[in-house]
This record gives sequence, C-alpha cells and structure tokens, in this order.
Amino acid sequence: MSFINFAGREIQCKIVYYGPGRCGKTTNLKYIYSKIRSQVRGKMISIDTKGDKTLFFDFLPLDLGKVGGFSIRIQLYTVPGQVHYNATRKLVLKGVDGVVFVADSLKVRREKNIESLQNLIDNLRDEGIDIRDIPLVMQYNKRDLQGGSVPILPLEVMEKDLNSSLKVPSFPASAVDGFGVFETLREISKLVAKDVSKRVLSGRKITSNA
Amino acid sequence: MDLLLVQEDLDQIRACLRRILERSGAHSVLLIDRSGQLISFWGDKAEEDSVALAALTAANFGATAAIARLLGENDFSLLFHKGKEENIHFSSVGEEFLLVTLFDNKASLGLVRLHVEKAIQELTRILKTILGR
Repeated sequence: MSFINFAGREIQCKIVYYGPGRCGKTTNLKYIYSKIRSQVRGKMISIDTKGDKTLFFDFLPLDLGKVGGFSIRIQLYTVPGQVHYNATRKLVLKGVDGVVFVADSLKVRREKNIESLQNLIDNLRDEGIDIRDIPLVMQYNKRDLQGGSVPILPLEVMEKDLNSSLKVPSFPASAVDGFGVFETLREISKLVAKDVSKRVLSGRKITSNA
Repeated sequence: MDLLLVQEDLDQIRACLRRILERSGAHSVLLIDRSGQLISFWGDKAEEDSVALAALTAANFGATAAIARLLGENDFSLLFHKGKEENIHFSSVGEEFLLVTLFDNKASLGLVRLHVEKAIQELTRILKTILGR
C-alpha cells in the first residue's frame, strides 16, 4: 500500500528485495547505502543474526526526487532468504509496491532460485497480488565469479529458469563491487513510480484493503 | 491499495496526535500503517528516527501478532516496552494502522493509556472516512 500525501505532494512506496538465502540482498542495500549522499538517504537498519544471515529484514529509506510534482520516497526492505523464515518474509511483504528478485548465479543454487521465486509467487498471492500485476525486476547477482573456479550459471539459463514467462527487466550484477546495483534500483524505482502515478492520475477509485 | 490523504485529513490526524501529547505528557506520537509507512508524526523525535521507528514498530507488531496466533489469540491489541528512561506504547487502530506513543518516566502509563484509548476512537473514525471515499 503506497501512501500518497496530496498536501505535502509526497508519495511513499515500499520495495522489497527478495531471493534465496545468501544471494546478496543485504549486500545490495549496503552498497546503495555506501554510495548515496546522506542528504537523500535515512538510517539503514539491519536486524541480523550473529552470522551474516538476515533474521528479519534490512531497511533503508531513500528520497528519489520529484516525479510529476510529487516527491517520491521509497523504502527498501530485504527479507530473510532461508526457507524456514517464511512467516517473516510474509510480514515484510505486507503493503509491498515493487519487488527486486535477486537470483544467485552459482550453479549449485539453481534450484534454490526457482524455489524462492515460487515462494514469492505464493506469498504475493496470499497478499492478494498476482506477480504479473506488481512492478518486478530480476537481478542475476554474483556475475563477478564468472571465469573463476566455481561454476556459475550462464545468463541465458537464468533467464529461461526465472524469466521466460514473466519477461520482466533483468540485470546481471555484482552487489559486492556495485556492478548492476544502481541499474536495478533505477529500473524498479521507475516502474513503481509509474505504477503508483498511473493509479493516482487515472482517477480510479482507490481503496485500501482495510 | 493506496492511502490518499489531503490537507484536511492530515490536519485532523495531527490535531488528534497533538491532543494525546498535550494531555498525557508523552513526548512523541506516530501514526503508521502495518506495512511500516509513517503517516503522521507529532513530537520531538527527529524525522529520520521516526521513519526507522515506523518500520521497526510495524515489524515488531507483526511478529507479536504471529506469537498471539500461536497462543490462540487473534492479535495483541496493545504492547508496552519499558526502559530505564524511555517507554514506548503501541496500539492497533483498526486492522491496518498503529499508534505509537513515546514517553519518559515523568509521564504516567495510566494517563497515556487513557488518552491513547480516546484518540484511537477518533482516529478510527477519521481513517474509516478516508478509506471509504
């Protein structure tokens, strides 16, 4: 549920980074946090375990500037990727306006990517959202490992596995060194801003699920 | 699913939050939705902190609701955390919103609860009108 403040001419939206465990969702947010001027970002909050797994979520608010006279403020969230944290993922998905699906390029993680995407489809459905109706961007992370000793999936295989029917914008990326991180963020922000403004400007009766 | 607010809505909500502060001795009040968006805020917390507080509070409330369901309850309608100096009180406002009140040890919990309770009735009415438009 985005929040539109006509008085302050401000739109607040929620974007969730989704994907299997250890695919690099938190690394995406950390990179964004490290590269964005402090004037346009708020505090980054991480609720993580002693290891490097996300226990609940990471949170980073950003100001994107103006679109059509409205200031766009987005809040980036990540979910815990591990299979058994599904209740937590569902909590974080509440009120989502757009999703970045971060897939792991490691060959051994192929099944995990497919499972996680299916889990996203199921959890969105429980929220009353068809995955085809919500702004979605794919990110194929860890491309920096290409040519190394660990086998990684070719992009075509990842496209076929995850994006052959959805056909959403997709980006190869390496969240550790920042390659593709801002391209992904720009695309999802653009899609979400377009989606929200379409709803607002179309004059369609807009109601909450409350 | 969007929440659209015009100036009049915001004024009504802010007046309601302000009354809680003036009458209970709390120092900050936030109205948020259960997805973690900050809707309105009144008090002396920095805006940056209130945005983070909104996200964490919604998550906290959601996690507690999951605990409630494990215990056979539908929801816990209010939560209270006590610190050495600072205290925080959370109440649900209808199905979709939460009211978060911060107060120090100079204010009394009883008084805060009383005025929060009154404000919830008024906020419920205001939000119902907004959502019903």
